[in-house]
Amino acid sequence: MASNKYFKHEGPWSDANDPLMCSDTGDWRTKRPVLDKHKCIFCGFCALYCPIQIVEMKGQTHFEADLSFCKGCGICAKECPKDAIVMISEGNFKK
Amino acid sequence: MITKIKDKTQVKVITGNGAAAIAAKLVRPDVVAAYPITPQTEIIEQISKFHATGEMDCELITVEGENSAMNVVMAASLAGGRVFTATSSWGLVFMYDAVLATAGARAPVVMVNVNRETPGIIAVSSGQQDMICTRDAGWIFLIAEDCQEIMDLVIQAYRLAEDYEIQLPVMVHYDGFYLSYLSEGVDIPFQEDVDNFFLVLKDQPERTKLVPGGKLGCGSHGILGGYLELRYKHMAAMERSKDKFDLIDKEYEKIFGRSYGGQVEEYKMEDAHVVLVGSGSMCGTIKTVIDKKRDVGIKVGLLKIRMYRPFPSEIMVKALKGKKAIGVVDRSLSFGFKGGPIYMELKAFETQLGGSEMISFIDGIANTDITTANVGLMIDTLCDLAAGKDVREVTWVCYPEANEPDLPKNGRAVK
Repeated sequence: MASNKYFKHEGPWSDANDPLMCSDTGDWRTKRPVLDKHKCIFCGFCALYCPIQIVEMKGQTHFEADLSFCKGCGICAKECPKDAIVMISEGNFKK
Repeated sequence: MITKIKDKTQVKVITGNGAAAIAAKLVRPDVVAAYPITPQTEIIEQISKFHATGEMDCELITVEGENSAMNVVMAASLAGGRVFTATSSWGLVFMYDAVLATAGARAPVVMVNVNRETPGIIAVSSGQQDMICTRDAGWIFLIAEDCQEIMDLVIQAYRLAEDYEIQLPVMVHYDGFYLSYLSEGVDIPFQEDVDNFFLVLKDQPERTKLVPGGKLGCGSHGILGGYLELRYKHMAAMERSKDKFDLIDKEYEKIFGRSYGGQVEEYKMEDAHVVLVGSGSMCGTIKTVIDKKRDVGIKVGLLKIRMYRPFPSEIMVKALKGKKAIGVVDRSLSFGFKGGPIYMELKAFETQLGGSEMISFIDGIANTDITTANVGLMIDTLCDLAAGKDVREVTWVCYPEANEPDLPKNGRAVK
């Protein structure tokens, strides 16, 4: 008998309130973007260029990537006009 | 086919395409989406006439390509609508990704596919190659033999697709040209009877639907266990559809007076020593030749495949068990295999047949006629096999050059 562990319905239906299944793409990352807040001029380029739109505005001072979803592509670091973002290997961070 | 004469009938001479269009009208779909130009058949032309005159109250969307047609009907179906679309050969190929997605979404779409050849060689001539190319898409496949059966199968297809226990898309296949343009007398069901036939669906639980503004969505990722869970549910529903189709055939007979036997139709099978297995329009010719051969004492029968996906292996094994020789007629090819595709599939069950010998006939490809002479040759070959003579495993009836011994070795002697 098939279980209904992942899907309550016959087809691939899911509720928007449920956490998206297995879409936590953060663990694909080998490098993470690290921001120097002193250099950030709050232009928002990083948020605009992020291909998966996970860079969020934090108050009125700076932007921050949601590390649950950031795949570490480095586009934000490349596009930052003030070189405020650097990509640092995940090995440098404690799990 | 068993037909009981009813007090009241309305018989009209119409083409196979006309039968499909009228059937689509009788089931009262909410949305019809189709690409209206070649390789489309006259089905959509007919439906647009019904729509223009107000006979058909549906949303008719003439999209810019078959791929959009399938995506539109899938979405409309997920939103709870009853949908219809039709295509053929190259059109089916062009909508392939959406055909797979529709099956994965378990959307109860009903589509008519007029069987014709697929791209590769430029041709839109008759043949079942388009059906064979999509056989593992996860749809239920039904195959009609004549115009009356097209009418009946399209109506039955909705009962099967929308059944709460099934929830699968259904493709109704019939041979291009041989049926699509063939005019025959067709008993057209009354609207009231068709409505009654569908009443049972209203008593079933409601299937999951897209609701504007609602939080439920279809098409979620199915990675890891989720993928396996959905695939297993799909396979289980496919298996359930076999018995369900037999049941629907019986219920259909009660209302409309016509029964075809469900998954397969057996023609003079009880005492047959040799059997042809076929599908589609060729079966009419085969039945005629069987009658003639029986007049001279040859005990031959026909097993007609009506439901091709899921493959009705259990019922076929039951019908074929103990027969001396079995010949499977294919109107298509499976590259990489010498024998025809349906032959190769049935071959998987050979050990369950109690010693029956099987051979493959390839005929009717690219509009070549499966003539009475061709069928006669097949039956003679089967009789030779049953008598212990050497025959080819694979015979290209429509292209004898393939059977020359020094040409590509398509066949080999059995025994």
